[in-house]
Amino acid sequence: MSIVIKRKPLNFLEKLYLPEIARGLSTTFKKIWEKPVTLEYPEQRPTIPEGYRGVPTLVKDPEGREKCVSCQLCEFVCPPKAIRITPGEIPEGSEYAHVEKGPQEFEIDMLRCIYCGMCQEVCPEEAIWLQNQFSLSGYSREELVNNKEKLYELGGTLPDEHFKWKKKKEAAEHGSGH
Amino acid sequence: MEEKENLITVNIDGQDLQVPPGTNMVEAAAMLGKEIPHYCYHPKLTIAGNCRMCLVELGMPGRDRATGEPMVNEDGTPKIMWMPGPAIGCGTKAAPGMHIKTDSPKALESREAVTEFLLINHPLDCPICDQAGECTLQEFSSSHGRGYSRFIEQKNVKPKRTRLGPRVTLDDERCVLCSRCIRFCDEVAGDSVLGFTDRGSYSTLTCFPGKELANNYSLNTVDICPVGALTSTDFRFKMRVWFLKETNSIDFETSVGVNTVVSAREGTIYRVKPRRNDEVNDTWMPDSGRELYKQVESGDRLKKCAINSVEASATDAIAKASEWLQGGGVAIVGSGQCSVEEQFALRAISDGIGAKGVYLVARYGEDDGILMSVDRNPNVRGALMTGLVNDLPDEQLGELGAKIDSGEVTTVFSVKEDLVAGGLTEDQVGKVKIVYLGTHENATSSRADVLIAGLTQFEKSGTVINQQFRLQKFSRVVPGPGGAIEDLYALATIQANLSGESYPSTIGSIWKQVGTEGSVFEGISFQSLSDQGQLLDGSAFERLLFREGKSLHFEPKKEAVAAD
Repeated sequence: MSIVIKRKPLNFLEKLYLPEIARGLSTTFKKIWEKPVTLEYPEQRPTIPEGYRGVPTLVKDPEGREKCVSCQLCEFVCPPKAIRITPGEIPEGSEYAHVEKGPQEFEIDMLRCIYCGMCQEVCPEEAIWLQNQFSLSGYSREELVNNKEKLYELGGTLPDEHFKWKKKKEAAEHGSGH
Repeated sequence: MEEKENLITVNIDGQDLQVPPGTNMVEAAAMLGKEIPHYCYHPKLTIAGNCRMCLVELGMPGRDRATGEPMVNEDGTPKIMWMPGPAIGCGTKAAPGMHIKTDSPKALESREAVTEFLLINHPLDCPICDQAGECTLQEFSSSHGRGYSRFIEQKNVKPKRTRLGPRVTLDDERCVLCSRCIRFCDEVAGDSVLGFTDRGSYSTLTCFPGKELANNYSLNTVDICPVGALTSTDFRFKMRVWFLKETNSIDFETSVGVNTVVSAREGTIYRVKPRRNDEVNDTWMPDSGRELYKQVESGDRLKKCAINSVEASATDAIAKASEWLQGGGVAIVGSGQCSVEEQFALRAISDGIGAKGVYLVARYGEDDGILMSVDRNPNVRGALMTGLVNDLPDEQLGELGAKIDSGEVTTVFSVKEDLVAGGLTEDQVGKVKIVYLGTHENATSSRADVLIAGLTQFEKSGTVINQQFRLQKFSRVVPGPGGAIEDLYALATIQANLSGESYPSTIGSIWKQVGTEGSVFEGISFQSLSDQGQLLDGSAFERLLFREGKSLHFEPKKEAVAAD
């Protein structure tokens, strides 16, 4: 069944044509003096709102300890299977030997990543964060697989106040009171 | 089997259940599909009753104190006198008329209280703990835990990363003091080296001074540890358990045929664990069998077939082998490491070409009376039952050597066996043409004129027959290397080439021939064989002097006589 929509007939002023031209131009001139809403990307960059889900990165705590303990929960939860972790043991002589476990290698394939943020949500150590970088490019597939070094470079340091492992080490040094 | 009249009727959460005498309440509830949470109770160990997690409400039919008459309710049913405090399920054996409640408010409250105490000093290690994902403390904390901690004092600090033995690492902070590992060492392994020191919440699991947990069953303590306190040094921090796909297999180390489950991720094997089979290995396995998976990726693995030491495709190698085996003067060296199906196909080959002799190489080791038998071949009985050989094999191929020296044998087809290790001299090996089907480099593979790269037990499916004449199946865990070919397929193709008729080359199809009427395997198929295995009639071989002594679930038919 077809519906016929009748066009509204033009009124007298519209039929005159010129007044409508003037009305349109007035809008144009008004906007010329206003602040533009567009940006000259990529020279100008937008401000990224808080909580934005950009490229996933690994962070260190204020003391420079890598926060990831390679529990592989992000690898498990990652919907497109972009994350690949090789777990490893932190050797006995290391400053962070009390943490025991850390990633030997940590790779995120940015060609697979869908920026869903599940990895950040699931991380029990708050080690993986989607920060505000949003634009990526490269000449090969390999270039777009972020390895551990790159991820820490992108991530930087996170100012957090937990120091869970430091407290644990202090408790061990303090002893059990026994 | 228990006789019907011996059964005792108990009532669990309002459901009547008949159980054999001596059944404890954890097992009885399991028969109804109800789980009573527990840590220290293990079906194959004595009952310690120290974790208190399996608390249930317990009641017995009341009797009038004055008259001794059973008390009844108004409707005529027996009146149940409930005990004021809860009782542990594992230490409560079935008694006539016993009533228990596993999910009453009091039982649940008891579990919550026990869980809270257990978590007081437990570290928040789950992200780095290897047990996470298969940890009963983790599971019961989510079902019976509070979700937050009321504990404001300092947590106990105990030693972490302690070496208990060459294969076991202990994290004392995670220990819930269930004592399963101590009982295992005392009762099953017969090597008492573990114990608790200190008291109360300072109790610490440790080795006795000057001792270490080094026996060949030490890794079973890791399996039965309900938490992540005991960890396998080999598997530690390698892979999280939720990534692992588990496949049922058999330990190829000895003729005991220990049931195992092999865990792999994306074609890489990470660990081997025992699988419960009450007729064979209970829930245990030797440590040495857990190392076998390393052969899959070992450096000396044969990955390509070859003809005259020149790399060749598997098809060409098989064609060349078939050609040479037709030439006459062929002797066959089979193996107790092969599956029943492969031995069956090899027998067809030997019958077809009229082989000058079929030999097996025996491997004998020390008997430990638990799960390591004298016979270190997993499937010698398979070779007997398929008719590949009629007698027990010797450790040396002396007879074959003599036939080579006399010129009777000019070609040797060896499946999985190194002829030099089997006792032939370099000179004898040099005299004959060798067709070798194997998995790893050895003196025979380097001299073989035709080399067919085969698969290890983890890369194929099949069956083996253990010392009890129990037919057990193992399944493929990971795919084999690209250039290798499945042993059964290679043997079947050779047989097809030799006979000019088609021959079944897959497990499913060959069982149609193996299980034909009149054979000892009648009515069996690979698909229908249960994971617990099937006992076969081994009475035809009673005349043979098998060397195996007594082990966990095996009584030798005859006195084990040293044949030599």
